[in-house]
Amino acid sequence: MNALLTVRNLRISYRGERGPLRVVDGVDLDLGAGDFLGVVGESGSGKTQLLLALLGLNDGAHVEGSIRYRGEELVAAPERTLRHLRGAKIGMIFQDPMTALNPYLSIGTQLTEGIRRHQGATRAAARARALEMLDAVHITEPRRRMRQHPHELSGGMRQRIVIAMTMICEPDIILADEPTTALDVTVQAQILTLLHELRARTRVAVILVSHDLGVIAEVADRVAVMYAGRIVEQADAPTLFAAARHPYTEGLRRSIVPLEGELPRRLPTIGGLPPNLAALPPGCAFSPRCGYAGERCSREPPALELVSAPDVAPVQQHRKACHYEGPLGRLAP
Amino acid sequence: MTTPALAVEQLSVRYALAGHARGLQAVDDVSFSVQRGETLGVVGESGSGKSTLARALLRLVPATSGRVLFRGVDLLALAGPELRAMREHLQVIFQDPLASLDPRMCVAEIIAEPLREFRGGLSRAERRERVGEILDRVGLLPEHLQRYPHEFSGGQAQRIGIARALMLQPEFLVCDEPISALDASIKSQIANLLKDLQQEFQLSILFIAHDLASVRFSCDRILVLYLGRVMEIADRASLFASPRHPYTRALLQAVPIADPIRARARTSVPLSGEIPSPLSPPSGCVFRTRCPLAIARCAEERPRLRRIGDGEVACHRAEDVVGRG
Repeated sequence: MNALLTVRNLRISYRGERGPLRVVDGVDLDLGAGDFLGVVGESGSGKTQLLLALLGLNDGAHVEGSIRYRGEELVAAPERTLRHLRGAKIGMIFQDPMTALNPYLSIGTQLTEGIRRHQGATRAAARARALEMLDAVHITEPRRRMRQHPHELSGGMRQRIVIAMTMICEPDIILADEPTTALDVTVQAQILTLLHELRARTRVAVILVSHDLGVIAEVADRVAVMYAGRIVEQADAPTLFAAARHPYTEGLRRSIVPLEGELPRRLPTIGGLPPNLAALPPGCAFSPRCGYAGERCSREPPALELVSAPDVAPVQQHRKACHYEGPLGRLAP
Repeated sequence: MTTPALAVEQLSVRYALAGHARGLQAVDDVSFSVQRGETLGVVGESGSGKSTLARALLRLVPATSGRVLFRGVDLLALAGPELRAMREHLQVIFQDPLASLDPRMCVAEIIAEPLREFRGGLSRAERRERVGEILDRVGLLPEHLQRYPHEFSGGQAQRIGIARALMLQPEFLVCDEPISALDASIKSQIANLLKDLQQEFQLSILFIAHDLASVRFSCDRILVLYLGRVMEIADRASLFASPRHPYTRALLQAVPIADPIRARARTSVPLSGEIPSPLSPPSGCVFRTRCPLAIARCAEERPRLRRIGDGEVACHRAEDVVGRG
């Protein structure tokens, strides 16, 4: 694999009222060119903190471990290095496109700013490239859009503009944090299709973070499931959906209401409450909500261990962090 | 047929706007009824008018015309004490539970407030007993009573909202996206709770949602809104199996498939474009600018809601809409 990004034992903590609050706790990731990795998790899972750390954007956090981009260490790297990577090599798309757009500047100015700064393109070359990008993200009437301001565009169109801004510098990696959560379902489908298309055409690697397992299933090749700051299961998408081995993944899957087929009288649920990072149990963080938990689970945190055969390439490995070895499917509706 | 729990007749809401002679038509001639014990889902994307519709029938925004029949009277014609008295029977749950709870009141005060308002005759002990009963029913613990809203997660806060709404045993409940903002693992808990309570209290519910996936479990019938107009009303089974309106079909196709193999095999193309501005709605059928089946007639003639099978649909080409694709 041509390693773009290698994350090892990443730990992120913040100062809390009662001691440090660890929001990401020992995460490993490998990303190669053209990979599409989905990270799914609920509030407090650490999924957004993980993304922000890849760009050195979590202000006030204590970050430990290693993040290597093409071999270069990013943890504690000088701001100058990170600033060059942001935008030029690693782009980011947020839930609210206005996070990335300046309301006072025209779309044209914002689109061309990046390549003019990072690649020293001339005004004319930058403009030509911007028009090309608008076309690539299926924006109608690109010439008129260049003169418009963000407030004149719909939410879906703004998110397309942000994607165009991100893609214009030909980045290696796009980080997308809930990019469709604020959009209507029909527009969400358009944006997911677009991300898929851009990946196929440019071999850009994508990490898409979402709370919605359905969104992840639509686009990701590989999936990492996060809970309370840790990856609790990871696998290629078909394996994760067909043969989940972690009870939390099973619960997330089964809580999705199917659009066809028989409806249960009651929906299967994961009991209890989302984890409180300030008061995690000593063993597995999911154990208080887990229907399979045994005595060992409340004592000893499980490591993320290989489920698949040991000779499988890292990107195809199926791993789980769970002591329970028996069959799943016990989750009562 | 028995009298419905609630009947909405030709309801319209128009906002006056400076510089726009016709104003903004947020809800346009909407009629439907909710039977006793039934949950009717209202589905629409942002700008469809679903929240305005809910607010209008709760009298939180003024309707321009129409009637809302509830307990034998037109809610829109009531004022002052009569309207206030009606609120006892008509309660609401909002999307953001934390924003709808008074941050300075503890849970006990929040849940008991409707009793203080409407059951002034109750003694303090009786009040406490009723609060205890409902608290247990929505899955909260006695130790929660003295805590404040900010100490709760979204799912628990929604339970507090539900407890407050059910305190007076209302007949009708409006749920405005009650589970949209909750974590996936909590959504199904709250959806189950609402269904249990509906059966127990024999509630009639208007359930607002922005996508079809969230109404399949909770609703018996579904109304699809687009730009303030009803596109289709049908019972759950036929709407999901054979949608009659091209927009309903597009909404179904837009729901992410939680199965990577089937998701990759899908051939349907997502609906293009976005909902037009309600300030300049398209002529004829408001959906025609995004409709794959639109013909010249759709621009000229507004389709009336007509009966097909056991549902109603507003589309000139309803007969040509095939399955879910």
